[in-house]
Amino acid sequence: MADSTYPMPGSLAEAPRQRWSQAAILEWLHSWVTTVDHKKLGILYMLYSIFFLLVGGVEAILIRIQLMQPNLHFISPQVFNRLFTMHGTTMVFLVGMTYIFGFANYLIPLMIGARDMAFPRLNALSFWLTFFGGLLLYYSFIGGGGLYGQGNAPDVGWWAYAPLTSRAFTPGHSTDYWALSLIVTGFGTIGASVNVVATALCMRCKGMTLMRLPLFVWLNVVTSALALITITPLTAAQIMLLIDRYLGGHFFDTQAGGSAVVWAHFFWIFGHPEVYVLVLPAFAIANEVIPVFSRKAIFGYPAMAAASVAIAFVSLGVWAHHMFTIGMTSVGNAFFVLSTMLVGIPTGIKIFNWIATMWGGKIRFATPMLFCTGFLVQFLLAGLTGIMLSVAPWDWQLHNSYFVIAHFHYVLVGGIVFCIFAGIYYWYPKVTGRMLSETLGKWHFWLFVIGFHITFDLMHIPGLLGMPRSIYTYEANRGWGTLNMIISIGGLIQAVAVLVFAVNLVWSYFKGKEAGNDPWDAWTLEWAAASPPPAYNFATDPVVTSRRPLWDLKHPEDPDWKYE
Amino acid sequence: MLAKCFRCVNCAARSLCLLAVFLASHALFAEGPLSTPSIFAPASTPASSIYELSLFVLAITGGIFVTVAGLIAYVIFRFRQHGQDDVSEPAQIYGSTQVELAWTVIPVLIVVVLFLTTARMIFAIQDAPKPKSALDVTVVGHQFWWEFNYPKLGIRAVNELHVPLSSPQDPKPTFLTLLSADVMHSFWVPQLSGKIDLIPNHVNNLWIDPQHPGLYVGQCGQFCGVQHAKMLLRVYVDTPEQFAAWVKNQQQPAVSDDRVAEGRHVFETQACMNCHTVTGTAATGRFGPDLTHLMSRDTLASGATTNTPENLREWTRNPDTYKPGSLMPAMQLSDQQLDQVTAYLATLR
Repeated sequence: MADSTYPMPGSLAEAPRQRWSQAAILEWLHSWVTTVDHKKLGILYMLYSIFFLLVGGVEAILIRIQLMQPNLHFISPQVFNRLFTMHGTTMVFLVGMTYIFGFANYLIPLMIGARDMAFPRLNALSFWLTFFGGLLLYYSFIGGGGLYGQGNAPDVGWWAYAPLTSRAFTPGHSTDYWALSLIVTGFGTIGASVNVVATALCMRCKGMTLMRLPLFVWLNVVTSALALITITPLTAAQIMLLIDRYLGGHFFDTQAGGSAVVWAHFFWIFGHPEVYVLVLPAFAIANEVIPVFSRKAIFGYPAMAAASVAIAFVSLGVWAHHMFTIGMTSVGNAFFVLSTMLVGIPTGIKIFNWIATMWGGKIRFATPMLFCTGFLVQFLLAGLTGIMLSVAPWDWQLHNSYFVIAHFHYVLVGGIVFCIFAGIYYWYPKVTGRMLSETLGKWHFWLFVIGFHITFDLMHIPGLLGMPRSIYTYEANRGWGTLNMIISIGGLIQAVAVLVFAVNLVWSYFKGKEAGNDPWDAWTLEWAAASPPPAYNFATDPVVTSRRPLWDLKHPEDPDWKYE
Repeated sequence: MLAKCFRCVNCAARSLCLLAVFLASHALFAEGPLSTPSIFAPASTPASSIYELSLFVLAITGGIFVTVAGLIAYVIFRFRQHGQDDVSEPAQIYGSTQVELAWTVIPVLIVVVLFLTTARMIFAIQDAPKPKSALDVTVVGHQFWWEFNYPKLGIRAVNELHVPLSSPQDPKPTFLTLLSADVMHSFWVPQLSGKIDLIPNHVNNLWIDPQHPGLYVGQCGQFCGVQHAKMLLRVYVDTPEQFAAWVKNQQQPAVSDDRVAEGRHVFETQACMNCHTVTGTAATGRFGPDLTHLMSRDTLASGATTNTPENLREWTRNPDTYKPGSLMPAMQLSDQQLDQVTAYLATLR
């Protein structure tokens, strides 16, 4: 395997150092804009994702400042509504949907021993569509007012329930920017998903059967297949909304016989599987990090792959659990209670398999593993509050309350963001050739985990005490004030942690410790390539004989393939 | 370092448990309405049933949490690497069918139990038969206020819902039919029942049978626009005598008082009457709240402020003072007109 890092004749593993003349800078920038290299596109996706994580984070902080005390007037209700709409839309579509393809693009070809994705140009097109979609969404701050002088950015909630989105209730262009930008980023997602599925199915190196595919790749294939199914109804609904708004359609126009409930169905048949689209790639990261840092093979590989497929499949039949309060029949409610509870089974299997992977290992708590451990505990809690919400009568109380906000932030932050951080700490050395600082990493982890628990543990309680979501302020006598103050303070601690992370990213890029090819003593193929890998990844096509090709090389006395 | 982390997590978990216990005990001793509308202080059958179900679910999920989090904690402490130089690899285990089967079957059993309990509760609450003694109220959601119609009593109340006390001996449940005039809203008074959405073009139903008299607060539970936050709900549970008196008053036409004729003139010649109704006068607008018995209400602007003549004047002068973004326009009345119209409105008991 060692010779696979030798440069091919005529290629250069590393560009010769040159002075930064203006021409060189332009050429460098140009190379990033025109690139079709999966690694560069992966990095672009990640930078984009992190950038919007910071933007969405600033929006969250403004929201939290406004809610610190009852009857505050830090921002107006109009601005507050724009902020929470943009926060949700940004975090789901510009952060969540892009980190997936950041990791997938960078790692899948390396993990399966390929030189690039199946469709490199489609890959570039997808990224730039998504990029443009994000800019379009944020351009609404400038252009959204339209001729009406109405509010600028979208302010209808990220779920944008009809008929609040009709022109009667939302004049101006803010909702149009929202719909159009989601259509555009949706096309980007579809392109990227096609690419991931095609790459994983068609570009595997010799010996890489589906049952030897790293679980990271497996889960990303499932994610992308699920994204292909779920983005479609969202795009359809956005087009219908625009037809309603500009061509006199009546799909969701209740004044003319349209249906608000139909929008909710369209939105959630996208929206619920979307949660799994976001969380499966996080599981994918945990599936790589936990075994390597526990020094053991993943426990129950076939069950893990099967559970992912099962989660994806069942998740297509649970959407109406977001609609228990919309007035379905009792039988309809009961059906969606059952389907929702069923998702808990494959999810439980995953958690047990991760614990079993750690069981009997020699766990090294480097920063990636710290984040994955946090993820395990938090995802367990998020799953349990999910079960509470699946109990429809209880959901009639909890729906649209702060309990729900706490629950899904537990999934999205406690689950997904923790895994994203784990993944970044784990693969940063591969991408840049330098280690992220462990000291700063530990600071980042502890500040973030403390801030996270202060904020989101306590956030369940105002929900139980009757505080609904999406309110810009609340009455002083409700008894929610102290809790909200502490929640906001937790939010600020998380913000500090993310700043530490940002500093770490930049500082380590220049001053970090040299990583070498395989700093974590890991087992999958990407660690056989140089750090950073040359443009062609592997000089010769690798051949694998088991799930852990590098384990086989390091332990010829006890190779994995013996047990297959 | 790690020990600290887990002490931290444990601490958080323990304080959560303590809080749960606190809330539960709170509920056991609470009788009637609270200013904090806790779902753990039910005062009506649907809310109590949900509360009991929630305790059951909390017990099960709590058990799961303790078991699994305990496993995670054990694994972290027992199987951590001891010292940097311990570089030998542990034994590799790839899976175990028996173990995996066990942790698939147990969750399946838990799901069966949870599902059956939940389904039973759904049918019990949602499909409960309506007794003859039930009171009918039609709730119409507006941006950003509530309209309560009592079809059999001929009453159109606003923002403050009055319902009779119900008891097991003398059940007088209130059956709500919920509609919306514009966008989606949601009716949520946590101590009385779970929420249900008010949707244009789609009729929903909800019932409550409050067991303790008093004022129950809640608010709109579905984002409905700029002033979603100040679309507050107040449900007055009246004793039979109080309720009869309230009904009697609401059924009267508006008080007519010649001393405030100027104010009435302002009301009827400015745009006020395009949106508001005062029964027995020329004002028949339906877009805003009915003002026939304005002064019988404790609050203005759907609970945004208390109903005093000063607040009423300020609200009429500039609604944005209490509710920025409310759909009532500031009519640019002169000070004199404001005084007159406030005096007129203050007579509408």
